[in-house]
Amino acid sequence: MDTVLSILFRGRLKAKRCFLFICPQILFCRTAFHHPSLGKVNDLNELIYLDNAATTPVSKDVLQEMLPWFCEHYGNPSSHYSIGYETKDAIDNARQQVASALNCQPGEIFFTGCGTESDNWAIKGSALRWAAKGKKHLITSAIEHHAVLHSMKALEKQGFEVTYLPVDAKGFVSPEQLREAIRPDTALVTIMMANNEIGTIEPIAELGAVCREKGVWFHTDAVQAAGAIPIDVQVMNIDMLSLSAHKFNGPKGCGVLYIRKGISPLNYLDGGGQENRRRAGTENVAGIVGLGKALEIAVAQMEQKSAHQKQLRDYVITRVLKNIPETRLNGDADLRLPGNANISFLGLEGETILLDLDMHGICASTGSACNSDSLDPSHVLLAIGLPHEIAHGTMRFSFGPQNTMQDAEYLCEVLEKIIPQRRAMSPVWNSMQK
Amino acid sequence: MGMYSAKVMDHFANPRNVGEMADANGVGEVGNAKCGDIMRMYLKIENNTIVDVRFMTFGCGAAIATSSMATELIKGKSLDDALKLTNKAVVEALDGLPPVKVHCSVLAEQAIKAAIADYYTRLGIDPEPIVGKLADDAHDHHHDCSCEGGCDCEH
Repeated sequence: MDTVLSILFRGRLKAKRCFLFICPQILFCRTAFHHPSLGKVNDLNELIYLDNAATTPVSKDVLQEMLPWFCEHYGNPSSHYSIGYETKDAIDNARQQVASALNCQPGEIFFTGCGTESDNWAIKGSALRWAAKGKKHLITSAIEHHAVLHSMKALEKQGFEVTYLPVDAKGFVSPEQLREAIRPDTALVTIMMANNEIGTIEPIAELGAVCREKGVWFHTDAVQAAGAIPIDVQVMNIDMLSLSAHKFNGPKGCGVLYIRKGISPLNYLDGGGQENRRRAGTENVAGIVGLGKALEIAVAQMEQKSAHQKQLRDYVITRVLKNIPETRLNGDADLRLPGNANISFLGLEGETILLDLDMHGICASTGSACNSDSLDPSHVLLAIGLPHEIAHGTMRFSFGPQNTMQDAEYLCEVLEKIIPQRRAMSPVWNSMQK
Repeated sequence: MGMYSAKVMDHFANPRNVGEMADANGVGEVGNAKCGDIMRMYLKIENNTIVDVRFMTFGCGAAIATSSMATELIKGKSLDDALKLTNKAVVEALDGLPPVKVHCSVLAEQAIKAAIADYYTRLGIDPEPIVGKLADDAHDHHHDCSCEGGCDCEH
């Protein structure tokens, strides 16, 4: 505990210091790290942000693109005069950027307030559309984000029946099991493109093909996948797709629902005629501009960024599994998001690790950020068959393009120090050793 | 502001009285790994006084901090006084806990009582009239592992 004590008594850091560094055409702001009560605590003198699956910093290029749409060009896109036309054009430009990224028509892109809204719209809108024709069965997987699972729970209370497809030990949904689960009264199938906790990339094209063959609408929550892995809604047989700007260095508060032409979920927000009368509410113009730009950059630089993130991810996975005993990687080693490392540390509870990392200036996550107020272990980890006690000791490290090999090395050094220290006071570890 | 008080973070970062105790004459363990927290309390009792105490805890930051604070509050105390320690006193000594973590303080109280009960059992004395029924309470409390939304765990 000497090290922790010394951390506690180090002095406070003075003013916040920002410096920029260049990562393939994107400028990010790195913040000097200072804990409000503990003072400066890490050797690198800055915050190490390894929770890019929770959210990402807005890139400077994106911010520059957004700024004119607050004070200068503030017209309502629905207004019929010059400054209204300007903002309408800006939205249409972003719509084109998103359509190019997904390989669809701009008219099939609808801007929303967030990924959660997109999921709610696709699921509840489809359920209500088909309920009128007697179809009240929905299919999803056991490892979806709560935006999907809680939408399903809400529909169950309204008399809908939901099938939750199990996943295998790596987190994969089986297209064969999906085929068997589809019934004549199935209204919608929704399976996420990549899991937010364990990073597993689902066989979306195959799952979509099964739905196409059976004539059932297919939605995918691509919030973690968009900007990180290639997406083509034609090749992948996708009817609806949700994404969110803040996961790929865009702003918070702006999402997209792609809806294939001919697919018609009921509207979720009723009101004015925005978004081709499908999603009411005055548009978040700056956010939409930022989303379009961020996705354009993410897709243009995907290859190099993905390779960079994979390098950091695989370095951490390999070193931790080699140097720290009784650890395991969750999810598939290859078919996983380029920035995601999800590792269980036996004999420990995740929050302990989370707090220790925070004291060393490292931001990571136990399970997923959405769950940090709940005491139950992650439903995803339980679904892949982890026992509760191992699920409790699981950490997610998610790398972004701004992270460096130095960050990955520092994470490993800190883990190699704190894990044995905390295990020494764990009765579970103590019993395991006897 | 983080979720924990400075005192909780202090006891988490620098836990007092941590580790195994070879010559303990009262050992209590409560909670279970499935629910995400286990506390093991070791007591060395002489002349009805707790002369030394150690703990080992598997759990969140609050679980470690409440264990640590509880050991501080009973060290050097008579068994009677130690039995009077409530989870509320532990929470207050830590300058509060988030509602969702109050159950950790209950576990700390239960761990001490379980260790004292073990001490009496080793002496051939039925602990129940002195310490009360414990293990069942701790188990019931943790039956569903969940205090989501900040339940009142103090009842």
